[in-house]
Amino acid sequence: MMSPSVLLLLGWMLVPLTMTIYFSFLRYNLLNPGTESFTGWTNYYYFVTDPSFTDALVNTISIFGGVLFITTVGGVGFSLLLDQPMWKSGLIRMLVIAPFFVMPTVSALVWKNMFMNPVNGFFGQIATFLGLQPFDFFGQAPLLSVIWIISWQWLPFATLILLTALQSLDRDQLEASEMDGANSFSRFIFIILPHLARPITVAILIQTIFLLSIFAEILVTTNGGPGTATTNLTYLIYVQSLLQFDVGAGSAGGVIAIILANIVAIFLMRMIGKNLE
Amino acid sequence: MRAISNNRKALNTAIALTLGLFMSFPIIWILILSFKSELDAIGNPLQVLLSSWTLDSFSTVQGRSDYLKHFSNSVIISLGSTFLALLVAIPSAWAMAFVPGKQTKNILMWMLSTKMLPPVGVLIPIYLLFRDYGLLDTRAGLVIILTLINLPIIIWMLYTYFKEIPVDILEAARMDGAGLKQEILYVLTPMAIPGISSTLILNIILAWNEAFWTINLTASNAAPLTAFIASYSSPEGLFYAKLSAASIMAIAPILIMGWFSQKQLVRGLTFGAVK
Repeated sequence: MMSPSVLLLLGWMLVPLTMTIYFSFLRYNLLNPGTESFTGWTNYYYFVTDPSFTDALVNTISIFGGVLFITTVGGVGFSLLLDQPMWKSGLIRMLVIAPFFVMPTVSALVWKNMFMNPVNGFFGQIATFLGLQPFDFFGQAPLLSVIWIISWQWLPFATLILLTALQSLDRDQLEASEMDGANSFSRFIFIILPHLARPITVAILIQTIFLLSIFAEILVTTNGGPGTATTNLTYLIYVQSLLQFDVGAGSAGGVIAIILANIVAIFLMRMIGKNLE
Repeated sequence: MRAISNNRKALNTAIALTLGLFMSFPIIWILILSFKSELDAIGNPLQVLLSSWTLDSFSTVQGRSDYLKHFSNSVIISLGSTFLALLVAIPSAWAMAFVPGKQTKNILMWMLSTKMLPPVGVLIPIYLLFRDYGLLDTRAGLVIILTLINLPIIIWMLYTYFKEIPVDILEAARMDGAGLKQEILYVLTPMAIPGISSTLILNIILAWNEAFWTINLTASNAAPLTAFIASYSSPEGLFYAKLSAASIMAIAPILIMGWFSQKQLVRGLTFGAVK
């Protein structure tokens, strides 16, 4: 009974993957059909030595590191707060996690136009109102602005996971430690944080899968610019293949992206695999 | 549990509510802007709040850009891919949960690994295949892709739910003389339905918001809301009221579904690693 799904996934994985690897060794441009020829490692050489590859790699890591830092630290703080006894906790929790349900193109456009636009945006209006110089977010700090928008979407995810984990924490243990005179700081360091270690790792690894492939947010806000200031690996490959029609170089980039993702995947699989025992 | 003073609770509530309003402020703000005229929407925040309310933006969005077409594309693509994936996934997850073999664990892990394949790595082959088979800018094409992308998550999620159905209860039913048909109808189905329905909801959310394939494989005909909103990036995006109205209609259904499925979401997205 499992064979249909196995076959489907096997096809989904093998067919395009083989094609990508095959194309990556061809000189193949969609603008000159019929001129495909074998070029060996040339595509890889050009893709890797192109300065925009280094930029894209640095940007990918910056987005990834920046967003993970904000969502992890923020997520621990938010979840500890939401775990406190309060009224209307369901409503408040929904307000906090709502951004996660907003589609990427909407959140990117809303932040870019309605908040970060220096003339009519919310922040610009407030600054003008207070007599300050409005800050041109995408002109002055494009990468940080992109990181901010992505963090806004993923902070709720981290919060939700950590909150779920906190709610399975043994309350008796906390109370016992309190009786024994542990203050809230040492309770956090010695009981809560170790309990959260695993969910934090899982949240980080899962975000990694998505963060390495960020695309829509960049397309909608900056188109990778100015220059290559916000081009990540995914966006660079998109430009190579669907805008410049260079199938060979795009495929070589694709293979590199797959290898990078696999390195992360190995760690993630180990974590989840343990859970199957 | 110790009694917690009402003062403490009130303080917690106030802090958390502030945080919640801060996080969801962009959504609240576009909700307000969507009921304003275009001219009022670009005023300063105080003017925006004091100006009159109108439904104009919603009708303009539909009139000028055929909003309903894109909305129904989103509905068809997300529901279609979800049901198709469930159809394939239910028997498969069922088999792995109740009749596990030596390779079950490896197969599950391998399925998960297909999810780690970065979409951009297979963008070109999929694009070319779609071009050659006439699937570019068709809803059928997107249904196929989204089915395949989300299949591993669906199988995993169903697997973790099915695993929790006690096998003993089947034996008990058999002892009481239930046949296979009765067993499936009266024992298994009621126990499996909660798991299946939360898987369904999570997957609709994921498919609705998917923004890599939907943008790259569609033009105007099959574009769902993700791709349609992306086309607002310029210059229409500077019409705040219209952009807000289009955005609110695009995210409202998912926000409502998300409200009901927070817990299941965690489980589905962490492949059962956090419950």
